[in-house]
Amino acid sequence: MAYSDEDFQVMDSIIKRYPRPRSAIMPLLHYVQSKAGYVTNEGIEVIAKVLQLEAAEVTAVSTFYTQYKPAPVGEYHVGVCTNTLCAVMGGDAIFDSLKDHLGIGNDEVTADGKVSLEHIECNAACDYAPVVMANWEFYDNQTVQSAKDLVDSMRAGNPKPPTRGPNKLVTWKEASAVLAGLNDGLAHEGVQAGEPTLLGLKLSKEGK
Amino acid sequence: MTKLAPVLSAHWDEKDSFTLVGYKRHGGYTASAKALAMDPDAIIQLVKDSGLRGRGGAGFPTGMKWGFIPQGDNKDHYLVVNADESEPGTCKDTPLLMANPHVLIEGCIIACHAIRAKHAFIYIRGEVTHVVRRVNQAIEDAYAAGILGNGIDVVLHIGAGAYICGEETALLDSLEGFRGQPRLRPPFPAIAGLYARPTVVNNVESIASVPAIVNNGADWYQSMGTEKSKGTTLYSLSGHVVNPGQFEAPLGITLREILDLAGGVRPGHTLKFWTPGGSSTPLFTDAHLDVPLDYEGVAAAGSMLGTKALQIFDETTCVVRAVLRWTEFYKHESCGKCTPCREGTWWLVQILRDLEAGKGTEADLAKLLDLCDNIMGRSFCALGDGATSPITSSIKYFRDEYIAHLTQGGCPFDPVASTLFAGAGA
Repeated sequence: MAYSDEDFQVMDSIIKRYPRPRSAIMPLLHYVQSKAGYVTNEGIEVIAKVLQLEAAEVTAVSTFYTQYKPAPVGEYHVGVCTNTLCAVMGGDAIFDSLKDHLGIGNDEVTADGKVSLEHIECNAACDYAPVVMANWEFYDNQTVQSAKDLVDSMRAGNPKPPTRGPNKLVTWKEASAVLAGLNDGLAHEGVQAGEPTLLGLKLSKEGK
Repeated sequence: MTKLAPVLSAHWDEKDSFTLVGYKRHGGYTASAKALAMDPDAIIQLVKDSGLRGRGGAGFPTGMKWGFIPQGDNKDHYLVVNADESEPGTCKDTPLLMANPHVLIEGCIIACHAIRAKHAFIYIRGEVTHVVRRVNQAIEDAYAAGILGNGIDVVLHIGAGAYICGEETALLDSLEGFRGQPRLRPPFPAIAGLYARPTVVNNVESIASVPAIVNNGADWYQSMGTEKSKGTTLYSLSGHVVNPGQFEAPLGITLREILDLAGGVRPGHTLKFWTPGGSSTPLFTDAHLDVPLDYEGVAAAGSMLGTKALQIFDETTCVVRAVLRWTEFYKHESCGKCTPCREGTWWLVQILRDLEAGKGTEADLAKLLDLCDNIMGRSFCALGDGATSPITSSIKYFRDEYIAHLTQGGCPFDPVASTLFAGAGA
């Protein structure tokens, strides 16, 4: 894909957030993923050009961070937390069943390009364990069945909405643009907090 | 009399708590207006007097950290907020930012004024799309309302999946556009931090605690907590409990008290082991239910308060499996810069995998402890140290369970029994 003048303007606005241009390398990598779906060689070259770096310097950064993908992922990238707490509470069983159900392994994509799968580390939602993420949106308190239903809804083109997130699950590319710091106007959607987040507050109001 | 004391979480139950309107309804941005009219040194003194200590794990006094920034040096100063919440079990800053991002922005304004910084950066982990939206929108709204942009700028920087970037110097390298690897200290960030300029790096909860301190005073904050651990804080309860969740309470509450509020361990089961502050803090058992959860109390009992991430595991959980999984995490997240951590975590995983599969020998336990001894304190940052905590503490309390794997030739536990949906036919 070719990067348009408008794309270069967006990249310029990202660079201008920082006192020093090189700091923009991470949002620019997210931006490349929002355009191409993953970190392409062309994307690396473009970032190197706008930051006046060597392509090898950009690659060195890109390969350090697991969210930058060296190959295409699905339109919906599903992460199952298999760090200890989620794993014990059911994350291991969920991850195994999704591999079976989708017929793919870790870091693989379904043939229709809809769903990819990854086992992820703790995603800061332990009071909602077991946790599944899709395009880095929260799907709380999952079971084997609910996770299968979730990926089925994705493959049918009508993904279930996140538990704590916007009303509709955005695509991988759209989520990547948010992670590049671009505002998609959906911040007001979804709950302000789930029940576990509010538990202590609720109990204190009951005088407990 | 309630044992809880919601301050940070006081208005999270209002549907628009994350908006500017919702925040201003309860005095939002009055503290920053007050602070901007104060002498910066007076704010530093106020935060020192409050007794606020860093909520990111180390518990360093926040006001003292601010006081380390050299003044009158004609250099740019920076505030960097660590929102890279990734320590296993830790889940307080993420819901805080989802429910109320403005309190962090207001804290940034006050802190910037105190340390004479014009720029604050919020480094948030990249795996929380909706939280990124909320913080980004809050910053935009604060600019539109003229709250930001009058001499203080806040920039949201979004990470990309690296636990190590929660370590403050790795975070700074990452923010400068490099691979996130820790730096050798000294120099400390207060002298040479972001772009080699004086920099304060604080946790989200620390900075978010400041507006209430400015509005209510140091004495009010001092009135909560214990002798050396002042104020309220978020305790995050997760795992095999009836009602997991966030509990904001004065420092010094005990797990027994929190479990009472949460309905206890799930019915028919008993507490086996737990972490007081994330996976990098040595495990506790049912013998530690009455340890005061403040910095001193937890340390005196042989662990660390850390991030107050209380992960509860009942008797169905295999401690060897739990520790192996955490160790695999540390191996994966070791940045590779320091040899003891890079190579050591790799060997820990090999030995633990064999032990969990019942293939090791008792001598492997001594080897594990020897490896831990050689990792501890020998790297630039604390990742390697943290990796040893679950291992040494689990061998201390559950040596027999390791041995049982060897005598039985495998894991004696049924993993299905420890799932949330055990017996639910799932």
